Amino acid sequence: MAAPTVETTGSGTTQPQTITMAKGLNMAMRATMERDPKVLVMGEDVGKLGGVFRVTDGLQKDFGEHRVLDTPLSESGIIGAAIGLAMRGFRPVCEIQFDGFIFPGFDQIVSQLSKMHFRSQGKVKAPVVIRVPFGGGIGAVEHHSESPESLFAHIAGLKVMSCSNPVDAYWMLQQAIDSDDPVLFFEPKRRYWEKAELDPTAEHLSMGSSALLRRGSSATLATYGPMVKTCLDAANAATEDGNELEVVDLRSLSPLDLGPVAESVRRTGRLIVVSESPPESSVTSEVAARIQQECFYSLEAPVMRVNGFDTPYPPSKLEEGYLPDLDRVLDAVDRSLAY
Amino acid sequence: MSPEHWTRPSRSEDRGHADETAPAATSAAPTREQVIAGLRATSEGGADLVQLLTPEGQRVSHPDFDIDISEQQLREMYRDMVLIRRADREGNSLQRQGQLGIWVPLLGQEAAQIGAGRALRPQDMAFPSYREHGVAWCRGIDPTELLGIFRGTDHGSWDPNRTGMGLYTIVIGNQCVNATGYAMGQKFEGMVGNSDRDPNANEATMTFFGDGATSQGDVHEGMVWASVYDAPVVFFCQNNQWAISEPTERQSRVPLYERARGYGFPGIRVDGNDVLASLAVSKWALDEARSGNGPVLIEAFTYRMDAHTTSDDATRYRMDDELQAWKLKDPIERLRVYLLREQIVDQGFIDEVQNEAEELATRFREFCLNMSEPPPERMFSAVYADESPVVAAQRDEYLDYLSGFADAGHDTEGSVR
Ligand SMILES: Cc1ncc(C[n+]2csc(CCOP(=O)(O)OP(=O)(O)O)c2C)c(N)n1
Repeated sequence: MAAPTVETTGSGTTQPQTITMAKGLNMAMRATMERDPKVLVMGEDVGKLGGVFRVTDGLQKDFGEHRVLDTPLSESGIIGAAIGLAMRGFRPVCEIQFDGFIFPGFDQIVSQLSKMHFRSQGKVKAPVVIRVPFGGGIGAVEHHSESPESLFAHIAGLKVMSCSNPVDAYWMLQQAIDSDDPVLFFEPKRRYWEKAELDPTAEHLSMGSSALLRRGSSATLATYGPMVKTCLDAANAATEDGNELEVVDLRSLSPLDLGPVAESVRRTGRLIVVSESPPESSVTSEVAARIQQECFYSLEAPVMRVNGFDTPYPPSKLEEGYLPDLDRVLDAVDRSLAY
Repeated sequence: MSPEHWTRPSRSEDRGHADETAPAATSAAPTREQVIAGLRATSEGGADLVQLLTPEGQRVSHPDFDIDISEQQLREMYRDMVLIRRADREGNSLQRQGQLGIWVPLLGQEAAQIGAGRALRPQDMAFPSYREHGVAWCRGIDPTELLGIFRGTDHGSWDPNRTGMGLYTIVIGNQCVNATGYAMGQKFEGMVGNSDRDPNANEATMTFFGDGATSQGDVHEGMVWASVYDAPVVFFCQNNQWAISEPTERQSRVPLYERARGYGFPGIRVDGNDVLASLAVSKWALDEARSGNGPVLIEAFTYRMDAHTTSDDATRYRMDDELQAWKLKDPIERLRVYLLREQIVDQGFIDEVQNEAEELATRFREFCLNMSEPPPERMFSAVYADESPVVAAQRDEYLDYLSGFADAGHDTEGSVR
């Protein structure tokens, strides 16, 4: 997979600029659409409305109704048709409106999309990207705040990514679209409006790598998506107690790049894995199990986890308690340090 | 009933004009123009539209669906519509004032919902989507019971078993298969096709969904199942012309009621802004279901006069002209004009209902402002019927964690920040 070149990003500039995550994603689609006429954007309300989060804003206006498709209201249809389009040489980028609505399309993802390459032993490729705004913290009603990423990480044949900031959003989505594998691309919806400086000429990581965001010696926080910001905030707060925390953004949930996490744990001796999803059989379970196995002799404390709970996502008045926050992360750090 | 007439009720079999008025869409591939005309005949809803009260408030008759309706019932339905609209508007302003996270407006769909809701009998079951405030009203659910969902304190507070109304369903189309299963159960328990003398001897189920929902597999599967088991279920589609930003022609190239023919049961398009027609057609359909004749699809041709939700910006995709045209077909206005013109009511009655609506709005608002926050343990309650040791342990640990904050002088209720 070739890294996209800077000259073809299209969206006007190679100059550094301050963008939101939503804008970074929008620019990523625009850039790939400009350099590859086979890239399509499809989903409910992605055209005229620009998506309910406006992430596809302006794309239909500039690329037309045949590149940016307002689809019928059916997720099985969106994903199933995208598979067929991919078999015909297109590179569909599907938008699922909210996390909780991916399940009508689950069968297509699990039964067809994930297995196409293996079943045909590489004769058929399915370069489909499925963008999913996920996670809580926006005060929404049922089915609008879930973190179903672990379900997809469990399925062989799928790549599962989650960006955490505007710059990664910009690069990782382009890489996902360029990839010949199907990618489930989880976007932390409550971070859509957070800003960062994008320098389109700066180097960028491959979407399959995790990233060490902060150095420290006391303990390691491994996390992804919406919890990256929470963990960075917790790391800042921890300095008040004299604790220096390392923070690793996993970025790729499947395959997991645990190298940087293991290296970090060898330095700090302590790991806390953080995510919003329910803990049982989740990405955090996987990280904990593997680090326990790989870094057993470096660990000074059992690997801790901070997650949502093994309950359905609660009504929004309770979500602040459900979602890990700075205090819950620091509490886990304290428990780890107490060993 | 012969297959050619499956898009119409049985009583119209002898009507000669049925085929003349049937849109070409049923026989050959329609032209683009026919599609648009059939889907979005915004003035009348097409030749097959069942109407009993014109937008001007004129009572008209229909050969198949005329009903006897008492003056008392007319007054009650007017009251139903005015009150539920008023609660709906209050919901909107409560959201604007930050008291609700979101509100899903029903504005414009009062007649469809009150007509259908009043056709249901207590023993029937309703499976709603999320906009069915008028149906809830008819099932005896006080509008204040809707508030928790939108304020974020619960996922629906009423008891489906007691009220005969399922909880709101947010995932589009899911409820249609559930409704079919429920109706199969009614049939398996012998609650269809019994003697008409006891009005409680038979039951039916009605499920509500939008025009967009008809694209979902679940809606299709619900209809397939309902037809092969002759389940006593009425599919009530409120075609309000839009699925967020997507018009009906993004979902279908035939008028939605015509799809029923493919499943082998009757489909009828009713003027969804006409409460009398909505009541008449719903009654007929529910009776078909109760008598064991199997499912019916009703397409209530109506209009969403407000945005999709308070989070939506309808100006990005909708022309104001369209809204203005539909305002002339306001469901409440036409009944009001009719009732006054026919001297079924006087201005005093209209004012009285309006006062009652204001009182409801005040009560609704006060209820909302006084709602208590759910305690943290609510998050863990009733996840399973048999208590889960995993959930119980997480609850205990979390409550213990919170009480640590209490020791440190923090607030234990809600926020731990
Ligand atoms: C499975 C699923 N996909 C997407 C959504 C997001 N969504 C909520 S309402 C809506 C449009 C529904 O339109 P329609 O069925 O016509 O009903 P209306 O809201 O107009 O009454 C969409 C796309 C959802 N709730 N469920």
